[in-house]
Amino acid sequence: MTNFPKPDAATLMEIYRRAVLIKLNDERVIKEMMAGKLVTPYYSPRGQEIIPSALSVSLRDEDTICTIYRGTHDMLAKGFPLDLLWAELAGRATGSCKGKGGTMHLTHPESGCMVTTGVVGSSMPIANGLAWAAQIEGNGNIAIANFGDGAANIGAFHESLNMAGVWKLPVIFICQNNRYAEHTTLADSTAVERLSTRAAGYGMAGITVNGNDPDEMYGAALIAIERARAGEGPTLIEAMTYRFNGHLMGDAGGYMDKAEKAEAVANDPVPALRARLIAEGITSDTELTALESDIGLQISAAVEAAYAAPYPDLAELTRDVYATAA
Amino acid sequence: MNDAKPITMIEALNRALHDAMADDPKILVLGEEVGDKEEGGITGVTKGLSTKFGTTRVKSTPISEQAIIGAAIGASLKGFRPVAEIMLMNFVTVAMDMIVNHAAKLRFMSGGQTHVPMVIRTMTGTGFGSGGQHCDYLESWFAHTAGLKVVAPSNPADGYGLLRSAIEDDDPVIFIENLPTYWTPGPAPVPGSRVPLGKAAIARQGSDLTIVAYSRSVLEALGAAQIVAEKGISVEVVDLRTISPWDRETVIASATKTGRVLLVHEAVRKHGIGAEIAADLNEVLFGKLKAPIRRLGAPFAPVPFSKPLEDAFAPNAARIADAIVSLMKD
Repeated sequence: MTNFPKPDAATLMEIYRRAVLIKLNDERVIKEMMAGKLVTPYYSPRGQEIIPSALSVSLRDEDTICTIYRGTHDMLAKGFPLDLLWAELAGRATGSCKGKGGTMHLTHPESGCMVTTGVVGSSMPIANGLAWAAQIEGNGNIAIANFGDGAANIGAFHESLNMAGVWKLPVIFICQNNRYAEHTTLADSTAVERLSTRAAGYGMAGITVNGNDPDEMYGAALIAIERARAGEGPTLIEAMTYRFNGHLMGDAGGYMDKAEKAEAVANDPVPALRARLIAEGITSDTELTALESDIGLQISAAVEAAYAAPYPDLAELTRDVYATAA
Repeated sequence: MNDAKPITMIEALNRALHDAMADDPKILVLGEEVGDKEEGGITGVTKGLSTKFGTTRVKSTPISEQAIIGAAIGASLKGFRPVAEIMLMNFVTVAMDMIVNHAAKLRFMSGGQTHVPMVIRTMTGTGFGSGGQHCDYLESWFAHTAGLKVVAPSNPADGYGLLRSAIEDDDPVIFIENLPTYWTPGPAPVPGSRVPLGKAAIARQGSDLTIVAYSRSVLEALGAAQIVAEKGISVEVVDLRTISPWDRETVIASATKTGRVLLVHEAVRKHGIGAEIAADLNEVLFGKLKAPIRRLGAPFAPVPFSKPLEDAFAPNAARIADAIVSLMKD
């Protein structure tokens, strides 16, 4: 990985801005849930912030992503507007999906956030179609499929990677390996140690990187993005990471190795990047505190606006089922 | 009037795909062996398409039903109109997550921001000794799923017009083709004609009893109507053409006129489309009919292999005729 392209100072700052937005947003979601103001199954992306941040700084608005129920980090990094996100989480009419999608179905096509699926593995077949559309139009746009290590064991993974390989689709499969498929460890569910080795079976490039390292993640993503844009086919990136808050909120994670978790939390990638930015003289603590404070205010404004907004009209029950009412 | 020589369903569907692709560059075709290198599929419905429109728009796929439907969904989210072929209807089971959880629901779950204007063509039907996994009629599953439309033509002209309409529709459409009658000739469609979705046809006028059917069962019902005509029974046959949404107006008008209703489909009778229509008619016509609404469908069993068993499975003209005679005595 020594020949990887490296993020410059401004790019590193932008990666941090996106990562800290995801972290602060996640903390606020949990706070609102604890206060009983949000009622939803919530799959915290805490600990996985660097992956979509270091990826999305190299994406265009027109590039598309599909993600899964644990996907607010992917969506926010791609540019999902905070106000639409919060109104959707709160089930309000002003949400991106008019309150009809919720946490697990966040959608915002203007920023390329095309599909959030609640079904393990289902981001991949659809991302192929988005990539196929870009391939037909020849616009150089690409599609991203996000999924977890657990999804690498569902049939959709095999069908999708094979089709992408055969059709040389401009798609990148980002396997965010947080080491647990729900409550099951990677070792207990997967016969290979490195999921990226499976790429060879689909005739595509595959690489395992430390997804919590901004340099590695940025470099691997940029190479894959350029490969896809050039029409040279798909890539499987296995981005190693760790899930801080269990499978979903309320999961105390009793099945998780305590020492492993303590080590991961001690190496929290967001404060680590913060410290690095200061150590390398890219910015100052004062500047970062101001940035974080500003993001906090934006989140608060989005939360308050969401709660103040009306719930959907009951007529929405049967709207948007078909193009025209039956 | 259209005085062109009769054509088969295969030719009608092939013409519909050719004409649609020529009219709209956003229309794509994908599926197993749909390209010309593979002779346009096992029956040749897609013959000539890839030669004419190129292999970018007409894509043969791996045997990967989930990936086929996923690719069609993704392309449709970006404004294309894919026509995906799932060779046999039983194989939809492999792609049910993509169809039911995604294609059907994305419009609603996104609050109308995205939609999936795709068609899934699939063929089925008993009669070829295929046994239990190649010829089921599974339309009820899809009709029971909000967000999907379900279409099942009975003749080549409708096949052409309905497929043109299905491709132009902004919602996902399950398009069910009957395999054993693929080679049965019928009047040719007028090029460019459309049959609107959700609109039934009166396939035969009558006054004593209404049969509501779709797909091949319409042909069997017409045969039965001919048989009982000799006994002086006048049967009206309503060809639903679209199963969901079904044409309540036409069915209710016919039922009101004749006072007797027999629902016929090749799918198993239990929990079938017939049950839904019968229940709906009962709410509207309770007390106004001359006899209870009756349903005819396959027994609650998998499709059998052995010829005598298979012949006894789906309603045919003779059994429909028996049911008509019986219903006239009610």
